Amino acid sequence: MDLSELTQIKERELAARKKYTLRCCMAAGCVSSNSEAVKQELEKAVVEAGLQDQVEVRGVGCMRLCCEGPLVQADPSGMLFEQVDPEAAKSIIQTLKGGKAKARVGDANAPFFKKQKSIVLANSGIVDPERIESYIAADGYHALYHVLREMERSEVVEEIVASGLRGRGGAGFPTGLKWGTVAKSAGSRKFVVCNADEGDPGAFMDRSVLESDPHSVLEGMAIAAYAVGAEQGFIYVRAEYPLAIERLKNAIKQAKAKGLLGAGIFESPFNFTVDIRIGAGAFVCGEETALMMSIEGRRGTPRPRPPFPAESGLWGCPTLINNVETFANVAPIIRNGAQWFAGIGTEKSKGTKVFALAGKIQNTGLIEVPMGTPLRTIVEEMGGGAPDGGRIKAVQTGGPSGGCIPADSLDTPVDYESLGKLGSIMGSGGMIVMDQTTNMVDVARFFMEFCMDESCGKCIPCRAGTVQMHHLLTKIMEGKGTARDLQKLEELCDMVRSTSLCGLGQTAPNPTLSTLRFFRHEYEQRLQPDTFGPRGNGKPARATPSA
Amino acid sequence: MAAITLTINDKQVSAEDSQTVLNVAQEQGIPIPTLCHLEGVYDVGACRLCLVEVAGVNKLLPACTTKAAEGMVVRTESERLRKYRRMTLELLFAERNHVCAICVANGNCELQTMACNQGMDHVRYDYCFPKWDMDLTHERFGMDHNRCILCTRCVRVCWHIEGAGTKNVAGRGARSHIITDMFQPWGTAESCTSCGKCVMACPTGALFERGSTTAEMQRDRTKLEFIVTAREKKQWIA
Amino acid sequence: MDRLKVATIWFGGCSGCHMSFLDLDEFLIDLADKIEIVFSPVVDAKEYPENVDVCLIEGALCNEENLEWLHKIRKRTKAIVAFGDCAVTGNVPTMRNALGLNNDVNVLDRAYRECADHNAGIPNEAGIVPTLLKRVVPIQEAVHVDLFLPGCPPPADRIKSLLVQVLEGKSPVLEGADLKFG
Repeated sequence: MDLSELTQIKERELAARKKYTLRCCMAAGCVSSNSEAVKQELEKAVVEAGLQDQVEVRGVGCMRLCCEGPLVQADPSGMLFEQVDPEAAKSIIQTLKGGKAKARVGDANAPFFKKQKSIVLANSGIVDPERIESYIAADGYHALYHVLREMERSEVVEEIVASGLRGRGGAGFPTGLKWGTVAKSAGSRKFVVCNADEGDPGAFMDRSVLESDPHSVLEGMAIAAYAVGAEQGFIYVRAEYPLAIERLKNAIKQAKAKGLLGAGIFESPFNFTVDIRIGAGAFVCGEETALMMSIEGRRGTPRPRPPFPAESGLWGCPTLINNVETFANVAPIIRNGAQWFAGIGTEKSKGTKVFALAGKIQNTGLIEVPMGTPLRTIVEEMGGGAPDGGRIKAVQTGGPSGGCIPADSLDTPVDYESLGKLGSIMGSGGMIVMDQTTNMVDVARFFMEFCMDESCGKCIPCRAGTVQMHHLLTKIMEGKGTARDLQKLEELCDMVRSTSLCGLGQTAPNPTLSTLRFFRHEYEQRLQPDTFGPRGNGKPARATPSA
Repeated sequence: MAAITLTINDKQVSAEDSQTVLNVAQEQGIPIPTLCHLEGVYDVGACRLCLVEVAGVNKLLPACTTKAAEGMVVRTESERLRKYRRMTLELLFAERNHVCAICVANGNCELQTMACNQGMDHVRYDYCFPKWDMDLTHERFGMDHNRCILCTRCVRVCWHIEGAGTKNVAGRGARSHIITDMFQPWGTAESCTSCGKCVMACPTGALFERGSTTAEMQRDRTKLEFIVTAREKKQWIA
Repeated sequence: MDRLKVATIWFGGCSGCHMSFLDLDEFLIDLADKIEIVFSPVVDAKEYPENVDVCLIEGALCNEENLEWLHKIRKRTKAIVAFGDCAVTGNVPTMRNALGLNNDVNVLDRAYRECADHNAGIPNEAGIVPTLLKRVVPIQEAVHVDLFLPGCPPPADRIKSLLVQVLEGKSPVLEGADLKFG
């Protein structure tokens, strides 16, 4: 494979485009509401109408508005069909010739779509995730070519540093700095790992990216591998994402066949292979040291850091671990330049962020917005607010490691620092909206139950502390708790946060702490008076000799 | 290996840069509580009792896995650390069914001693009272999961000193437990060499020699130390 | 001299802590000058008096009667001492908790039906046989406890150490050899 071949593939692909395209969402959300049948019926209807030369029916990745799936969008008109029934296929074909569709026509110009800025999701809903040619036609693998043939390793790292990209897995560590550390770490064997063990309740960004545009992740990993000097990559995906795994396998196979993975990529001395490792369902394996243990075939439990994976990771070798979305940002940064990327977002949080919008909100789905977009824009304008005339009470970000942001702080811009100040975190991108019917103690208890179930059991504060905190939250929830229980809960939150071994335990108290901070009255109104009787002073009053 | 100087509890001490903070402190006679550390096997930093304060680091660090460094300023005792240590112990006692009075290790138990040393005179949390079984299928040894604190010393000595790899951890969270071979009765675990190193390593009464009754179980660590010294320093000193 | 009013009571336990108390031997004679035992299994008082200075509570909370007494004692006592492991941790009596839910029923079934040679049946005379609690718990799960004296039983010298500190008007602190479970 060389540049001319790459260009040829792109041109052939573009030349083969037909007058009309019907893009049919084939991501898990729409597939679960029967979009495969919709696509088949559309294809059949095209043949029946004899329009094979004019209409292409293309299976694409996520088209964002998941709650209205299956989604079909027509090009070039941009007409969006929602909740498409397979039986409506024929009528949709007729709309191309001015007919009326027997499917709901959505507003493709609604704020939900228009306020989005797509970098990571640029190909999502456009390219066919099962055909590498479709990705190449969208300038795919051009960045890899540029990097391998025209850039020094150090220049690639500098470019990522200059872009200001920060880890999208949640903590927001500067990506370029991490790459630089791995690049500088001594060792002839190095690894690149993509963390696709997305486990936060309500989060489905990484799944969507993998299902919609797997090659963008592979390209990002290859660029990273070149920059840090690795030849082997692993993608660690959870087994609960079968479609994503299928698409990844397919993408790796196609990339290998085209010489875009393997030995001597683009006729350079650079070799890179990627293997998939499937997680067995433990949330803690999203923690990088536990993830590496799992890749090595051991029990997935975290180990203390330092040493950080960048110095000593897989099998003791320097290892770069980034999240799916982080890798998906890489090729666009190389293609468009660090300055372009740095021009988007806020001073300290550059680029965009993908969020999975869920909960008590009109428009459930996937959004990508520039960093710094106010939460209000996301939940009220784009999300359409709470359904059934409800009132938004809080927005939960960061999953079981995050916090609840109350409605009166909705003007907070979404960036790492601002969310941190509110006791929440950016997290990987789950955003759960809650309305006035939500009981905040119950929310805290839900997340604590999650952490308790998912604690690996290695360190005591997390293993036993989450059990006690869950017990106390349940007691308070059921109206059996006392002020003493609340005090014990707060002490435990502090202790578990300060003493746990890994991020799971250290952040497990966050949902409780943040609901205590903003909704303390909901806890207090459930408390029972203490029946413990008078507290002695530990000193019998008449103990002092009175005679 | 280079000599370094660090400060522990306002006292300047010298050490080698390959040493852990725990190691240095122990050499200096500065006690740091720990339950999962065992001389001779690698550290896992799991019990969190050895957490110390290091100046300039906003997190507490486990002394057992933190390397001593030049100019490091360490504090092993503070109000906060004492509070956390006591809470950690209380969590342990509330987690399973530790009944000292009828335990084989009564009087020889590291958990029991630690609780007293840390001034834990009662547990403020509700006891969990989980149902755990005992494994008495091995002809010489027994395992009582009610008394296990999951320090994984037994797993580590089994893999790294004996090299048998019989013991392991299964399950997660509070349901984690020590297993033998592929989660089968100890007596049927073919990889077990019946060496008894796990029993010697256990800090509580979870692993014991069969036939020992209340307060009879004593650990002989000298055999472990002998093997480790022989292996690492090539010195055959009993 | 106004003597310290001391009470002791025996809940779910083996009475070993009381035996240990009696092991104070000749110190008991010194004590007699300084304290007055106003209520105890070893004295003949039917009703728990008001204004007790110290009450040593042996045993875990096993039944409704224990709980009722405990609340009464808390109201009428200045300082409660959890006396021995059963009161402090629940100890042996709590071993029935791990038998599963409804273990108050399970345990009675086992004792009075399965193991009965004749006259099998659970005694349940209302007002005479107190109902078992679902879960045996240490006393601090129900009331404020001022002092903890663990041990099974706490040896006489540890009891002495505590009482001496109380009599000296100190807030007793147990540490070192004075603090041990089991």
